[in-house]
Amino acid sequence: MGKRHLGAGLAVGALLAASLAVPAGADDGIRSGYSYMTPETKGMQDDDFQNPGMIWVDDGEKLWNTVDGKAGKACATCHKDAATSMKGVATVYPKYDPKIKKVKNIEWQVNNCRTERMQAKPWKYESGQLLAMTVYIRHQSRGMPMNVSVDGDAIPFFQAGEKFYNQRRGLLDMACKHCHADNAGKNARANLLSQGQTNGFPVYRLKWQKAGSTHRRFRGCNKQVRATPYKAGSDEYMNLELYVAWRGRGLPVETPAVRN
Amino acid sequence: MGIRTLAVAAMGVALTLAVHGDAAAAESVKYKVVDESSIPKSLTGKPGDPKKGRALAINRKKGNCLACHVMPIPEQPFHGNIGTDLNGVGSRYSEGELRLRVVDPKVVNPDTIMPAFYKTAGLHRVLKKWQGKTIIGAQDVEDIIAYLKTLK
Ligand code: HEC
Ligand code: HEC
Repeated sequence: MGKRHLGAGLAVGALLAASLAVPAGADDGIRSGYSYMTPETKGMQDDDFQNPGMIWVDDGEKLWNTVDGKAGKACATCHKDAATSMKGVATVYPKYDPKIKKVKNIEWQVNNCRTERMQAKPWKYESGQLLAMTVYIRHQSRGMPMNVSVDGDAIPFFQAGEKFYNQRRGLLDMACKHCHADNAGKNARANLLSQGQTNGFPVYRLKWQKAGSTHRRFRGCNKQVRATPYKAGSDEYMNLELYVAWRGRGLPVETPAVRN
Repeated sequence: MGIRTLAVAAMGVALTLAVHGDAAAAESVKYKVVDESSIPKSLTGKPGDPKKGRALAINRKKGNCLACHVMPIPEQPFHGNIGTDLNGVGSRYSEGELRLRVVDPKVVNPDTIMPAFYKTAGLHRVLKKWQGKTIIGAQDVEDIIAYLKTLK
């Protein structure tokens, strides 16, 4: 990686692009959505100056340092520099929280800090702020392998997610597994089906023209088969998010990834 | 952004037989599966129209068979390859076998991704606007069968 760029004396952009290039996959045939993208889309993701998702990273950094709520605190008040305190966090979320006896994701944890420690209002799911903060936090783990825990107390939640993944739904009567396990790599008309991995989320999706959360994607995939989706932030999607993160174990965090 | 990327992005999710379909038909016709392999009798008693059937196979909100199958429809780009190539399918199966595979392919393969195009029973969390509806109507099924029979 990157040696020839080092000698080339090119712009910093090229150097970054080389050092951040994402490996095509991890072990066991587990493949990132990145590996199914066109060279153009991959190029957009690889170059921080072209990657439209980087705007959410910048916005997230500002919010990280902004005091909000009655307690007069910012995220940085407690967590200091995100580059160290948030490094690796994305690799272990969603995770079981013994206090709520459920699985929580990063969005949930951000809002919990806001209400409990900052005495600030929670951000709405899919709001610009919650997306930016989630992108910013996950970005601190870019390149690190996904490694969620599915042992111990997490087991029943993992199993619920697995059941969801394999259950047919909607008028088209399809489960997640029909598209993303049984038929990954095949074409559904112009769409190349990927394994439906979440390592790049929140992703910048060209079709959306903005960043979007894992739960937004789940809702979209549910509606596609004409099934009633669950609410973003619902227990059902938390469990599903845990299961899907486990399917992608070992894949590098890519946030903010660029997808079609 | 490359032109190809743009084209793909604009295409959106083609598979989705999309959210704004015309009102689909309810499952009003009863049919009989024979030997778990065939529905020999027409659903409507009216002959199918192969021209209409071909159009339904293309229509993303109706059959959308092209989402998953290669078919002899050269003017349409991007045929899916999830299912079998349907070239010659009219010689491989009888009319009744074809009908079963469109009406309820899960009788043949319980694990298949292919939707049952004329079935309302046993579904989970169907969106309200589609509840009690089938993906296509009984005459649509017959039109598609008439078209598949021409694929010799
Ligand atoms: C009818 C087919 C179909 C079904 C069923 C389906 N999806 Fe998808 N999904 C797609 C398509 C098409 C895309 C966009 C291309 C791709 O990445 O596969 C996609 C993308 C995704 C992505 C984004 C992957 C990335 O790298 O950005 C995730 C995550 C995902 N799906 C999860 C799920 C889950 C979880 C379920 C079940 C709740 C599900 N999908 C059900 C068709 C489907
Ligand atoms: C979401 C994917 C999908 C869609 C949409 C779909 N099919 Fe299929 N179809 C399949 C798959 C996969 C098979 C392979 C057999 C199996 O899975 O049991 C198949 C098999 C068939 C067969 C049997 C072919 C053989 O050689 O055994 C016929 C006939 C058929 N499909 C017709 C249609 C028609 C007509 C339509 C549209 C009205 C359609 N299919 C829509 C996925 C699909």
